Amino acid sequence: MEITPLGDSALIVRVRESFAEAPEEALNAVIGTQYRLENAQLAGVIELAPAYTTVAVFFDPTRVVSAGAKPNGVFDWLAERIRYELRNANEICRDRIETSLVEVPVCYETEFALDLDEVARHAGLHWKEVVDLYCSAEYRVHCVGFTPGFPFLGGLPGKLATPRRDIPRKEVPAGSVGIGGAQTGIYPLKSPGGWNVIGRTPLRLFDPRKNPPALLRAGDRVRFRAITRDEFEKSRR
Amino acid sequence: MNAVVSRAGFLTTVQDLGRSGFRQFGVSSGGALDLHALRVANLLVGNQPSLAGIEITFGGLRLYFEDDRVIAWCGGEFDVRVGSTSVPAGHACLVFPDKEVKFDPPKIGCRGWLAISGGIDVPFVLGSRSTDLRANFGGFRGRTLRDGDLVPLGKISKATKILTEKLREEKIARWSPPHGWSNSAKPEPVLRFIRGHDWNRFSSSTLQRLTSETFAVSPDSDRMGVRLDGPELHASENVNFWSEAVAPGTIQVPPSGKPILLLGDCQTIGGYPKIAHVITVDLPLAAQLRAADQVRFREVWPGDAHQFMLEREHNLEQFRRGLEVHFK
Repeated sequence: MEITPLGDSALIVRVRESFAEAPEEALNAVIGTQYRLENAQLAGVIELAPAYTTVAVFFDPTRVVSAGAKPNGVFDWLAERIRYELRNANEICRDRIETSLVEVPVCYETEFALDLDEVARHAGLHWKEVVDLYCSAEYRVHCVGFTPGFPFLGGLPGKLATPRRDIPRKEVPAGSVGIGGAQTGIYPLKSPGGWNVIGRTPLRLFDPRKNPPALLRAGDRVRFRAITRDEFEKSRR
Repeated sequence: MNAVVSRAGFLTTVQDLGRSGFRQFGVSSGGALDLHALRVANLLVGNQPSLAGIEITFGGLRLYFEDDRVIAWCGGEFDVRVGSTSVPAGHACLVFPDKEVKFDPPKIGCRGWLAISGGIDVPFVLGSRSTDLRANFGGFRGRTLRDGDLVPLGKISKATKILTEKLREEKIARWSPPHGWSNSAKPEPVLRFIRGHDWNRFSSSTLQRLTSETFAVSPDSDRMGVRLDGPELHASENVNFWSEAVAPGTIQVPPSGKPILLLGDCQTIGGYPKIAHVITVDLPLAAQLRAADQVRFREVWPGDAHQFMLEREHNLEQFRRGLEVHFK
């Protein structure tokens, strides 16, 4: 397990070398690592940030020194403690990981599905088949980022993989559900974006007044359910 | 009581020391791009260093207060006036309600931090009063200040009340912090860095370019990052990365070869090679970079980065203690 500096106030713990070959296993190992390090409450550690194959450990070097590290050995001191907490690495993915299954309602009507035709054309399917196929799969949040609350989801049926748009949109509406290559995701906020938009959810994916502020976190499982325009309007109220 | 914004200027926001704990949800750390400057300015007016102040970009700000307030500012080479009196960086100044505080565009640098006694009293959102301009929350209604805004101010501390009485005669305090703390912009700065995870993906001649040549700041720079023109730094192999955490100070290199130095509002994750990271104590210099500025880079060891940080914290604590005499 490689532990390397991310600037002078963070370390990146590389839990797996690659992701694509075994995403489920890599993700479980990453979430397990985050869980263990959270419980360890290491001196000076401020927060943890998982992403695909890594967990970043942000810390305050002055507090690490107060806890006993030498000023010229802050990284080594902290890395050693991280390694200690992560001993028995093989058992990490078996740690009990709490993740939820979240159902996301999506309206696929033309007004919201800006690129559904393009995705259908690329897959050689009717747009209704695209929606059925999309809603039949179970997805998993691999990472949250890009904008606050944006979930990068794995588990897209291979047939639906569609390259990003050549020219990104300057503004993708909040709630838009998109496909970018083999990944899919949901835009929590109005933002620029290059993914193919196939529908829109009335759910709020990011709400800074709530804690946690994001509907989804890394490791969560997601299913999409098709809803009508009426249902969309009703659940928005 | 409020601060009344007569002219909001180019880009003015409420910022404190930023957010932590929400990176895993994609929330940037944000906060004042020069945290040290805001802490110093807060200490000068008798505030806790973590209170929210105002970040000014390129000046143009004019405001006044509804009651007596003590102010102090640090940052670029701005011309700051209270009424017709010039107020140098790093000096506490008593401002009466009829006097306007005015920030003219800076000669060097681009940002300044204004602390007001009592601090800016906007609600905490996700543990901070900082404005998140990407997601439009925090700060003053989640946005930049506008002409006519009434920005709520906090209660004045006992310390500030004493300081206010002491300044009633001469208005501007004689004492100030070290010049480099209050005037943090330097022409053609050299930013010190430590190696990034992908350092070895670049050839030695490319790395040589990073440490010996001069880069120019692109106009396409903002609170998220400083884009650099000049020598291109291409990785020797093209690898596809899975995104992982990035942080303020990270220098990432997209396929264009033009490096991007990330600042406080940067995304939480990135998929480009990370060639280097500017050290924390030099981020104040990075926060002053504006279009066409020249900048160079120099490597230091991680132990040095930590040593510099510890020294600065130590000196700041000494400074805080030294100020106590003015609040008694």
